[in-house]
Amino acid sequence: MTPMSAPQTQAPEERCTTTINFGPQHPAAHGVLRLVLEMDGEVVTRADPHIGLLHRGTEKLIEHKTYMQAMPYFDRLDYVSPMCQEHTFALATEKLLGITAPLRAQYIRVLFSEITRILNHLLNITTYALDVGAMTPLLWGFEEREKLVEFYERVSGSRMHANYFCPGGVMKDLPPGLLEDISIFTENFPTVLDDLETLLTDNRIFKQRTVDIGVMRADEALDWGFSGPMLRASGVPWDLRKSQPYDVYDQMIFDVPVGKTGDGYARYLVRMAEMRESLKIIEQAIAQMPEGPHLADDPRIIPPKRTEMKTSMEAMINHFKLYTEGYHVPAGQIYTAVEAPKGEFGVYLISDGSNRPYRCKIRASSYPYMQAFDHLAKGHQLADVPSILGSLDVVFGEIDR
Amino acid sequence: MLDWIPEEILTFLILCGQAFLIIIPLILSVAYLVYAERKVIAAMQLRKGPTVVGPFGLLQPIADALKLVHKETIIPTKANPLLYIIAPVLTFTLSLMAWAVIPWGEGLVMADINVGVLYLFAISSLGVYGIIIAGWASNSKYAFLGALRSAAQMVSYELAIGFALICVILCAGSLNLSAIVEAQEKIWFVIPLFPMFVIFFIATLAETNRAPFDLPEAEAELVAGYNVEYSSMSFGMFFLGEYANMILMSAMTSIFFLGGWLPLTSWGPFAYIPGFVWMALKIAFVLFLFLWVRATFPRYRYDQLMRIGWKVFLPITLAYVVGLSFCIAYGVFPETLGVIK
Repeated sequence: MTPMSAPQTQAPEERCTTTINFGPQHPAAHGVLRLVLEMDGEVVTRADPHIGLLHRGTEKLIEHKTYMQAMPYFDRLDYVSPMCQEHTFALATEKLLGITAPLRAQYIRVLFSEITRILNHLLNITTYALDVGAMTPLLWGFEEREKLVEFYERVSGSRMHANYFCPGGVMKDLPPGLLEDISIFTENFPTVLDDLETLLTDNRIFKQRTVDIGVMRADEALDWGFSGPMLRASGVPWDLRKSQPYDVYDQMIFDVPVGKTGDGYARYLVRMAEMRESLKIIEQAIAQMPEGPHLADDPRIIPPKRTEMKTSMEAMINHFKLYTEGYHVPAGQIYTAVEAPKGEFGVYLISDGSNRPYRCKIRASSYPYMQAFDHLAKGHQLADVPSILGSLDVVFGEIDR
Repeated sequence: MLDWIPEEILTFLILCGQAFLIIIPLILSVAYLVYAERKVIAAMQLRKGPTVVGPFGLLQPIADALKLVHKETIIPTKANPLLYIIAPVLTFTLSLMAWAVIPWGEGLVMADINVGVLYLFAISSLGVYGIIIAGWASNSKYAFLGALRSAAQMVSYELAIGFALICVILCAGSLNLSAIVEAQEKIWFVIPLFPMFVIFFIATLAETNRAPFDLPEAEAELVAGYNVEYSSMSFGMFFLGEYANMILMSAMTSIFFLGGWLPLTSWGPFAYIPGFVWMALKIAFVLFLFLWVRATFPRYRYDQLMRIGWKVFLPITLAYVVGLSFCIAYGVFPETLGVIK
């Protein structure tokens, strides 16, 4: 009986390698990734990510839905940062329709985009720590994450799949008292970040597990199509919020943290710093939050008010049409991208003038990271595979779509 | 009164009784160590830990054990059934055997053998067999990798433990555990041998496969390591064995460095607390350190762990042994350490 007798493949140089199935039922596989690892002892010689286990045909489904019905699908792509993706689709549709959201809605969107960024980075950093064996950061981080999803719940009624942003603004105005509570959160959150940093940033073991692991040089990162924190960790100062500001990001004062080394540790540091920058943006958004409507005043796409519907037949008909047929979007095509927490999240939308998108191509921000996995993991040890995977910040909802 | 029983059988019965006196509290304390671990780590992680079963969740370990017992024991088709069953039995038995020589107080010891340290060392070295057999017999790659890592790890850290123990033996002048404790009457060895204490503690973490050296069962990469294929009580045996080993290592730490059953001071009421209570308190303290470390640190990588073992601990402990031998041979500090002649 030889325990290693199962699938063995012969590498070109006649070395005996073992093939290991890492996932899809693996605690560190971050969802449903199946990673076929070819191992020479403990060293990875080839990493072959198999994706598609969470494929739901989102893009095709959207072609058969009205623009209004398409929005919830975006929550379910990268379910760790839902609102940022709604934001992309809302912006794309708005551009095709030729409308803009009112100022208050833009501020609310920026506010919640940054809350989403913290949501995402908290999950990523703490699960990254869990992947290298530190348990406590996860639970400390999720305590705070819980407060953030409650803010989600208070505006949209849902903790995760919010469906809050919409073309022309946001679905509901902020409930009273929410801004004060978010302010309290922004005051307290830096202490939690400091606590997390004491556990990780200067921890020798954490550094040994992350420094020089999964290094991506700046030019390689660009070649592989990296964006967001992954690109910035490699030393490229690229942030869509700065380079092509959308909504009111041009009003916000914040820095773009940039790493140097492009390894897992740099990615961790960049995300940690981004959370502090997000707090700055949240504070500014709260301070500058204007009064006014939260939805554009455009009866073509915005449903009439409830009270109006009770008295006006036209409003009633309008409402019925909006929620059955939906609104028609002028023919045209547009690519819109936002700086989602994971990187550039883009929507390429083609409209043929009907009430449904002709095509909706989604650029998932973490898809290129998964593509580069073989490049990153080759030559590293088995124990580094979860470490690299954790630093990539991949979510299979958006990779498989 | 018991004249009618032949002497051999009486001795045997007495031995059995003694063994039960050790094993039953040991298994109970393993159960409650798991409970303590969950509670302590929960407190560190802003959680509550078990609260549902019994008051404060106190019956949780019993519920867990019952659950494990009535699960089905699954033997994978391609496994070697005999070795597959032997492995957990071996691990569990070895973790119990070592307790025979642990002294709980003056004369409170089952087997007061004069080579107690060697015996402990031999038994804890054998522990690796349980793991490597489990990894081999499961016929699973994850289990096999876990077992290989574990074997390498235990062998490397045994050296550090060995040299740290040599320092203790040099200071105490005996291999008998009771004599080692009595040698600490004046000063606990943790003070003159502090670096050795630290290294010994870290090496025991590695020896018991605890965080940050829990590579053999690193769930992030190997799912559960060598015991990935085990279920039911065969898993439970590994679990019990592992935690019994933790307690054993803590007992060894308290005997070698923290003065065993000796009180902190003999001042006032402290002198009236019986020795085994002191011993238990010290074990509890060391166990707390185990849990604390687990909640705090990430996990080492395999090669990093080997590097620490061979390139850091081995030279330091070796140098310390040599230095200490010279100091003792030339009488640099004979007065401070109890029995050194």
